[in-house]
Amino acid sequence: MRFLLDIEQRAFRDSLDAMLGAADTPAVVRDWSRGEHARGRALWGRIAEAGVFGLAVPEAYGGFGLRPVELALAFVELGRHAVPGPLVETVTAAVLLMEPKELVSGETMATVAYGSPYALDGDAATVRLTLTPDGLFRSPGHGPVRPSIDPARRLTALEKGELLTSAPPIERALALARLTTAAQALGVGLTLLDKTVAHVKQRTQFGAPIGSFQAVKHQLADAKIALEFARPLVLGAALTLAPEDIAAAKVAACEAAYATARTALQLHGAIGYTAECDLSLWLTKARALRTAWGGPDECRAVVLSGGDRRW
Amino acid sequence: MDLTFTEEETALRAEARAWLHAHVPADPLPSLETEEGFAAHRAWEAELAGDRWSVVNWPREYGGRGASLIQWLLFEEEYYAAGAPGRVGQNGIHLLAPTLFDYGTEEQRARVLPPMASGEVVWAQAWSEPEAGSDLASLRSRATRTRGGWLLSGQKTWSSRAAFADRAFGLFRSEPDTEKPYQGLTYLMFDLHAPGVTVRPIRRLDAKPAFAELFLDEVFVPDEDMIGEPGQGWRIAMSTAGNERGLMLRSPGRFLASAERLRRLWAEKGSPESTKAHVADALIGARAYQLFTYAAASRFLDGERIGPESSLNKVFWSQYDIALHETALDLLGEEGELADTDWAERYVFALAGPIYAGTNEIQRDIIAERLLGLPKGRR
Repeated sequence: MRFLLDIEQRAFRDSLDAMLGAADTPAVVRDWSRGEHARGRALWGRIAEAGVFGLAVPEAYGGFGLRPVELALAFVELGRHAVPGPLVETVTAAVLLMEPKELVSGETMATVAYGSPYALDGDAATVRLTLTPDGLFRSPGHGPVRPSIDPARRLTALEKGELLTSAPPIERALALARLTTAAQALGVGLTLLDKTVAHVKQRTQFGAPIGSFQAVKHQLADAKIALEFARPLVLGAALTLAPEDIAAAKVAACEAAYATARTALQLHGAIGYTAECDLSLWLTKARALRTAWGGPDECRAVVLSGGDRRW
Repeated sequence: MDLTFTEEETALRAEARAWLHAHVPADPLPSLETEEGFAAHRAWEAELAGDRWSVVNWPREYGGRGASLIQWLLFEEEYYAAGAPGRVGQNGIHLLAPTLFDYGTEEQRARVLPPMASGEVVWAQAWSEPEAGSDLASLRSRATRTRGGWLLSGQKTWSSRAAFADRAFGLFRSEPDTEKPYQGLTYLMFDLHAPGVTVRPIRRLDAKPAFAELFLDEVFVPDEDMIGEPGQGWRIAMSTAGNERGLMLRSPGRFLASAERLRRLWAEKGSPESTKAHVADALIGARAYQLFTYAAASRFLDGERIGPESSLNKVFWSQYDIALHETALDLLGEEGELADTDWAERYVFALAGPIYAGTNEIQRDIIAERLLGLPKGRR
């Protein structure tokens, strides 16, 4: 038992972080929110080049086989940098489709609707799937774009369309969708904390940085605690892929990210309440991810559904 | 990165499970905060020690099994899952013993550890004073040099287990005029039955004497009961404080077992929707704490020291413990008011968590300043 990242995993995470850090993602997000996808697509290509979309795909289709820990690490970074687009959905589609080569290479962007009338970014994706208990369907087009509470998430209705298969690997696809959403939420929370810590160190009131006030410190300490206890749940779920582990990770990561968002907004004050401030790009995503791919109630039910002594 | 245990790691788990299955008392022991319960728990500690289950991670020469840190964690999971009694010897085992392993002499280890493991000598912690709680460095009780040892005078308070315990360990001011309050403190062990010691039990919320006040009047302590060098007490004690907040005192095993017990209670009560989220969160929190601890243990085995991160632990488990037990009492309804149940006993115990081992306010300051890098400021 060694529940720690190895050197390769750290290097993979750090290189992704460096690449995304140099990509001016706030500008990419703002374009994306207006339906301008060019810069997002360029970034998408680089994320694919880094290997992210191949982490759930067999080698025969250009992937690396299933590498859930690396997948989780990648999605923490995607969340930390607020990368827009149907990231979770493309990984999910790559598991569902027989021939996911173009998804792995980043040529194609996919979206998936499941248990919801809306699919994320149906206008940007060229592969639009609907997953139901009856099978996997491919839709030729999409309905009008509806805004999400997170402006970078553009929701589109899909028609069912053509039946691709009546027996898709639905459980594995949903497990990875939920796991990567949890990881992405954790990343969003980590950045919200980082940005808020930086802000309270330099923002001065009453003659002192507000970060020296205990009332401020304690809110940030609580955010730190929530995020640091969500992190091992996400990595542990990636290792076991057990449904209750994944559900636990989803609840903990999304609740921690959302609580951190509330704290971040409070401590940024009115500045944080504006769309001009980059903080908003993470604030709104924390709320949206909370209900994506299984909200807290659904995930808690999964946690409770297991038998005696699972852990 | 992996979560699979080696054969060696799981062998101890299996052996412990079988032993516990055969030995854990069918009925819970009386509360260890009563005289009767204290005696019953002492007998249980002796039974554990007889088969080397009292201190599995200690070296064999002191009564242990030389088990690894990971094996110890697995043992703890089995211990609490089996419904085994809370440990009356835990102050000594988890706070004093690690200090003796790091700073004690060979003679001290050979003399102090085996009777600690067997419950023959139960230790109380004597740190806090009326004017020194979370601000521990401001303590005032004195140790004065005398022939062959020290004379202790002053007052200690909130000394857990001291109402029935045999010996105590604590910090004393041996150099009165130091520049900083944490300098000039010496770490000493003393007998609670020695001449000059008066023990006044203090009743906690449920009227049980869970701790005591100690009045010390020229209590003689021989040199052999000093840990480390004179004046170095603070540094030594802080290594113990890290143990208290961190891994050793609160292994994940007990929270996993408590969460599982809560889930069963919830099912027995018809799985009410009103408490569903709280019960699920108890399970999630126990798993989070288990995995967080596995990560910390892995880092420890890689040679890292666990520093201010132990403050994350302390706030997490102390809040968790209360939330879990509040949910249990809610589920019990009117029965939840009865004080003579295991749930009530554990609830009252949990309420102290955010107060002892450094209040949660202090821990949040440590997290903010040392982990997040925020500036020091007004408290």
